Amino acid sequence: MPLLEIDSLAVDYRTSRGAVHALDDVSFSLHKGETLGLAGESGSGKSTLGLSIMRLVPYPGVIVKGQIKIDETDILKLPESEMRSIRAVKVAYIFQDPMTSLNPVKKIGAHFVELIRTHEPRTSEKEAVERAKNVLKNLGLLSERINDYPHQFSGGMRQRIMIGLAIALNPDLVIADEPTTALDVIVQAKTLDLLEDLRKIYGMALIFISHDLSIILERCDKIIVMYAGHMVEYATSPDLHKAPKHPYTQGLLQSIPNIELSDQKLSAIPGSPPNMVNPPKGCPFWPRCPYAMEICPVKVPPLIVSGQNHLVRCFLYGE
Amino acid sequence: MSKIKDKIKKSFLARFVPGLASLIKRGPSGWMVILGIIIVLALVIMTAIGPWVTPYNPVKTNVGPIRAPPSSQFPLGTNHLGQDMLSRTLVGGAIMLQVSALSALVCFIIGVPLGLSSSYIGGFLDSTISLVIDAIYAFPSLVIAIAIAAMLGPGVVNMALSIAVVYIPSYFRIVRSQVLSIKELTYTEAAKAAGARWHTILFRYIFPNVVPSIVVVITVNFADAALTAAGLTFIGLGVTYDIPDWSWDLTNGWKYLSSGAWWIISFPGLMIILLALGFTLIGEGLSELLNPKLQR
Amino acid sequence: MGLRTYIIRRILLTIPTLLLLLTMIFLITRVLPGDPVALHFEKKATPEQMEQMRKQLGLDKPVWAQYIDYLGGLVDINYFMEHGYPNLGKSMQTFEEVGGQIFSAFPATLELAIYSMIIASTIGILLGVASSKSYNSVPDHLIRGFGTVAYAIPIFFLGIVFQLIFGVYLHWLPTGLRINPSITPPATITGLYTIDSLLEGNIIKFFESVKALILPSLTLGIILSGIFVRLTRTNMLETLRLDFVTAARARGLKEGTVTYGYALRNAFLPILTMMGLQFAMLLGGAILTETTFSWPGLGRYIVQRINFRDYTAIQGAVVMFGLFVTGVSLVVDLLYAYFDPRIRL
Repeated sequence: MPLLEIDSLAVDYRTSRGAVHALDDVSFSLHKGETLGLAGESGSGKSTLGLSIMRLVPYPGVIVKGQIKIDETDILKLPESEMRSIRAVKVAYIFQDPMTSLNPVKKIGAHFVELIRTHEPRTSEKEAVERAKNVLKNLGLLSERINDYPHQFSGGMRQRIMIGLAIALNPDLVIADEPTTALDVIVQAKTLDLLEDLRKIYGMALIFISHDLSIILERCDKIIVMYAGHMVEYATSPDLHKAPKHPYTQGLLQSIPNIELSDQKLSAIPGSPPNMVNPPKGCPFWPRCPYAMEICPVKVPPLIVSGQNHLVRCFLYGE
Repeated sequence: MSKIKDKIKKSFLARFVPGLASLIKRGPSGWMVILGIIIVLALVIMTAIGPWVTPYNPVKTNVGPIRAPPSSQFPLGTNHLGQDMLSRTLVGGAIMLQVSALSALVCFIIGVPLGLSSSYIGGFLDSTISLVIDAIYAFPSLVIAIAIAAMLGPGVVNMALSIAVVYIPSYFRIVRSQVLSIKELTYTEAAKAAGARWHTILFRYIFPNVVPSIVVVITVNFADAALTAAGLTFIGLGVTYDIPDWSWDLTNGWKYLSSGAWWIISFPGLMIILLALGFTLIGEGLSELLNPKLQR
Repeated sequence: MGLRTYIIRRILLTIPTLLLLLTMIFLITRVLPGDPVALHFEKKATPEQMEQMRKQLGLDKPVWAQYIDYLGGLVDINYFMEHGYPNLGKSMQTFEEVGGQIFSAFPATLELAIYSMIIASTIGILLGVASSKSYNSVPDHLIRGFGTVAYAIPIFFLGIVFQLIFGVYLHWLPTGLRINPSITPPATITGLYTIDSLLEGNIIKFFESVKALILPSLTLGIILSGIFVRLTRTNMLETLRLDFVTAARARGLKEGTVTYGYALRNAFLPILTMMGLQFAMLLGGAILTETTFSWPGLGRYIVQRINFRDYTAIQGAVVMFGLFVTGVSLVVDLLYAYFDPRIRL
């Protein structure tokens, strides 16, 4: 039984200039303890996907179609009060920018206590504080700092606090939205290691959202590549690395610089991501695709099975 | 001097007129502006045509029974002097409009160049002038207006001057804050480096960016000026009875409320609200449209 | 710079500002009218009578000497010790000490201002929050409409309407006095009848003074609330968009906690500043409100003095306004420095 099952999810942003199709026909499933990477450029819809799973798509976004099932329950049909009891308890979210994700006027200890007592109201103040201190210790932070304010911590530490808040109630699924983008490289590695350790200890599934394909390849079991709101490829990490099928994925892999090559020309995918208010007809990638065929601008390719556990959305592999 | 005025008019109108049509598409903020413009225009036209349309001479007393309720002969009733309320309401906006317009003009002529030059020149001069201006700005506007009006006496010009003194700081501050932010932008530096002279920089680079904010201030100024004028009249520093004025009707009509003569103050009061509302709508709508933080 | 340094600097800055303000008031009320004595009598007096008044009020001295007297009077400690209020001149009408008259009228205005501000900010914040939460819906538009219209209503118009409805037609609430005339006012400790009656332990007096306060402070409060509604709405809309708000929701916190504990607490600071700035506006509005309700405060005092052409008294009253406004803006700036960590650190 999969932990998370998403079926034909579509999300629109209803702006004054028209509907932006942020997500279209997204389907996949995730099992307990698995890691899934969501790779793509800014605007590809990966954050929207993450927020949809939390039912926190911001105004003017609307989930227009599809099902999101967590433990067999379609959360899109739940009343808000029940959804609230799922958040942080079954599914948790780690936000991208640690500098702006914490309440500037609230002590960090208070963040934890509030979290614990909201979901487990019988916990006394004392107990909650104790648990908060424990979490801080596990994060590698001094528990005496429980009464400090967010601005008194560095970016890396704040991200750890965010991670701590996310795992404090032992959720089954954690969604990490670019958890290291705002951090410098060394802190990045430490944070990712911490995330991985905690994940293993608590047996959580992880959805890792990033534009950095190299990190995703390294740390995720399965990978979904997103482009312009569509899933364009879905495979296991080794498969994707060895045999990328979609031209976009191939382009992404080629543009990852290789430190071992001394004479490497940096390649980039020509062109730029499409205008999401008025996307091109057909396959969203065709204007930049080196293999574009006649059929590509006509209709959107369906998601086809091509190889074992490998899905790709491209007419190159059939119709 | 007139060349500069022409340039101002041109840049102002050139941006404004085509923009008006597109305002409808801009959502509630745009509708506010259009509604405000309609209200203001309607009132201005009413006041302008008024003298020709009034059924009775608005100033003549005893054209009808005293304090008569609305009837077919006097659709808005008569006041305690036997004057026809409909006629008085039609033309009663003249004083307020004149006072507002005059004060806005004075504020603009003094406040804008002062703001431009002070912030552009900067330094000690700027600091000193800003200090003086801030002192005036912090002070309750009605109190200053009252003080000046009390000293100068009644009359349209005096009222306009008292109000103008109070609102010059608003113009000054808006202009100054805009200029200061633009002054630091690189493209101004680039222009300087290319040898542009100070007045070119001021008028071609800085001024066009300042115009939208000034427009907002002008409209808010109009609204406030109208209300302040009403306030001054209420205290007794306004005009006399032989000039039809909404505020005057309000001031002198309220004694008769307890005897049930509600019509004497209701219609003039409503007109004042409409006038202030019209200008406020324009100002609010414009400032929302221009505020980048609220745009999606 | 540390908080202490900022406080000292800010207090020092008050001095030139105050000086400027006082000079400005002097120019307006003494120099502008030309000869205040002549204006006072409106040519109905003999030159000897006018000269005598000038001598008695010190108006026969050259202008610069009058200026010195004026400033000197304000800092005259002996006078202050003797009378309990600063030297603000003598009335042209009664030759009484203006300071005394002003200081007996001022508490009424202060009480009115405080309650009006409380009403205005409470209404404003509650409506503003509600409006921001239901963005672009009918309630949002209605509240915004209220916010815009409220400020456009002339204060005295609303006051008159309220008096009409509640005072005259329904005979519920009194008009024209701070407290029912059959009751003696509470002993003066703060000068605010509501507080003083509570301090005295007298509930009846408390209720009676509240009854008298309701209409005027409601009038002023509603009109002022418009600004707070719009400001709160704008700030809340900006704040509600920030990451930490979504993060709070992502932790399953209740919507009420998110709105007030996260969004409003962070959006509040500019609103607090606005409250301070609006005090100046409040005083202007108080003049009109007091005149409408015959409320015995500083506003009504000024209007009466204008009717009597008592220019020296007018000057004294305007100075009092100036002192009050300067004081309030100082307090607001200091409060802001205290609350804004950027200055604290």
